[in-house]
Amino acid sequence: MSSRDQILARVRSALADVPRTEDPEDFPVPRDYERTRSGPDVVELLVDRLVDYKATVHEAPEVAAAVAEALVRHGARRIAAPSGIPAEWLGEAEAVRDDPPLRPAELDALDGVVTGCAVVIAETGTIVLDAGPDQGRRALTLVPDYHLCVVRRDQIVRTVPEALERLDPARPLTWISGPSATSDIELNRVEGVHGPRTLEVLITGEIASTG
Amino acid sequence: MSGTFVGMPAFPEASSSAVSDAQLRHNLRKATHTIRAKRAAVVGEQPDWAALREAGAAVKDRTLRHLDVYLERLEAAVVAAGGQVHWAGDAEEANRIVVDLVKATGETEVVKVKSMATQEIDLNAALASAGIRAYETDLAELIVQLGDDWPSHILVPAIHRNRSEIREIFLKHMASWGRPAPADLKDDPRALAEAARLHLRERFLSARVGISGANFAVAETGTLVVLESEGNGRMCLTLPETLISVVGIEKLVPTWADLEVFMQLLPRSSTGERMNPYTSMWTGATEGQTFHLVLLDNGRTSVLSDEVGRQALRCIRCSACLNVCPVYERAGGHSYGSVYPGPIGAILTPQLRGLVGPLEESLPYASTLCGACYEVCPVAINIPEVLLDLRSKVVARGHRGERLAMGAARRVLDSPRWLSLAQRSAGRLRRWTPRRLPGPLSAWSDTRDVPVPPKQSFRDWWAER
Repeated sequence: MSSRDQILARVRSALADVPRTEDPEDFPVPRDYERTRSGPDVVELLVDRLVDYKATVHEAPEVAAAVAEALVRHGARRIAAPSGIPAEWLGEAEAVRDDPPLRPAELDALDGVVTGCAVVIAETGTIVLDAGPDQGRRALTLVPDYHLCVVRRDQIVRTVPEALERLDPARPLTWISGPSATSDIELNRVEGVHGPRTLEVLITGEIASTG
Repeated sequence: MSGTFVGMPAFPEASSSAVSDAQLRHNLRKATHTIRAKRAAVVGEQPDWAALREAGAAVKDRTLRHLDVYLERLEAAVVAAGGQVHWAGDAEEANRIVVDLVKATGETEVVKVKSMATQEIDLNAALASAGIRAYETDLAELIVQLGDDWPSHILVPAIHRNRSEIREIFLKHMASWGRPAPADLKDDPRALAEAARLHLRERFLSARVGISGANFAVAETGTLVVLESEGNGRMCLTLPETLISVVGIEKLVPTWADLEVFMQLLPRSSTGERMNPYTSMWTGATEGQTFHLVLLDNGRTSVLSDEVGRQALRCIRCSACLNVCPVYERAGGHSYGSVYPGPIGAILTPQLRGLVGPLEESLPYASTLCGACYEVCPVAINIPEVLLDLRSKVVARGHRGERLAMGAARRVLDSPRWLSLAQRSAGRLRRWTPRRLPGPLSAWSDTRDVPVPPKQSFRDWWAER
């Protein structure tokens, strides 16, 4: 008997008390929690939460100008740019494409990365990336020390349940809430460990917020 | 980590040295009180917390009651997404599977994401004896590994160390594992985090094999979920060509939508944040990686077979119960003799291993039954209930002294004649009541005053009226 079959057999005999006729869905799961709720404007809420976790936030009516300006302010010259990020956005900075895929050491030598995102959760200040064309593969937003993320208003939801509804589990997902941090020393939060130490968010787009 | 927990003394002996270590008690008190306040604040701002907690418990119960169905579903989904699934009945088998997988890559170094499952099976020691060096990359795990120490907390294994101790460990030991710490290293947490960043940077960029656990595995989609803070998890999960994840069979949740409950419960309960800085979710072989999932039993099916104790498998390893426990705060994590300390450890360790020795038999007593752990548990594990049930099992199995005493008590209490005789003699001898009881009974009187019997029993007093 394989280990697989043995484990499954042990599971079944451990569950002898569960009626054989019970289907998994027969066991009730109360879902009285809120899927969404009312509250402050989602953009306002998002800004508050991002700032609380030490990200820099700007509201930017003009994307290209705002991206170029942020890069200059940050002194970032060579920038990883996923295929969906237009080179014009980067202004004077050089767009380094991930084609062929950049090696980790090459990524490490770049000044930063500019991406879009898939969904943003206002209540928790969380940006979710799904490796779409304007985000690229996961390493791009991990190795460079500076991440500039462009968020459209229509990508912002208020709660975690609303975000999961919009996401596709078949895609690799990265949830980002502020710059990298640790609470391992005396359980106090300190920003800046292995992931990007600077997270800058540009909120843009004329489309009215859906929150 | 060189040692294992095998042969640890029972909880009372192990904790007595911890209790007299003033530095340790100071460190623990400071850290647990910090995190308690943070948790309370972010749980307080979530208006539907009680409903989320109820849903979390029910989703886990549904999973556990039909675990066979969900395990097969998860396996099928992972395989369909290009991953390979392995099954390990115990620690030894899991270690053998992982060692063989690493050997097949030809690599002699692996980078690791903090994982309770690989701690539980002592994977690093198994890798080391196969000539493979495992580098822990979580800051707290790194502190434990460099200091050749034992983890003492589920979330923050180095919680027993304060900043100046961490600085010492970095200065002394980083050099033998890679890039040394800067000679002028300060004990400021920022400087310590920076030293860890520099120490591990090169290691991440050149790693070919990563090893992780998982916080959740979604049966429906085959998606694995790892929550972390520093980005070391993302490094280990995304940069290596081969990823091996060792996951306990109780980590499953049925559906993708179920994550909406746990992605709210876990971060707020664990680090006291609205959301942890990074979460990675991936399904099968991702971005050209080779992906192996090792499903681990190692005692979980025996926990599952106990209708009262089963609820311990709901645990999502947030560690909120440790942070509020008055016993943990004073005794420290090492006293529990397992990678699972605190209240959850007191019910999990004796069930995973069985009541096989003095340590396991003593753990159900490592509690005041105050119930704070139950109150903060995001999946409503009734820890006091399981503790009491385990205590009754310890007694039923024959905690010899206790059985003899109970037997004698029954004989005396059963007979009015014996009882009145016993009460009268106790009353007459009250002057000679010892402060400490003799022999094995001294264990009881070490921490309590022996009550002086009354001059006259109630029955005698009544009879005189």
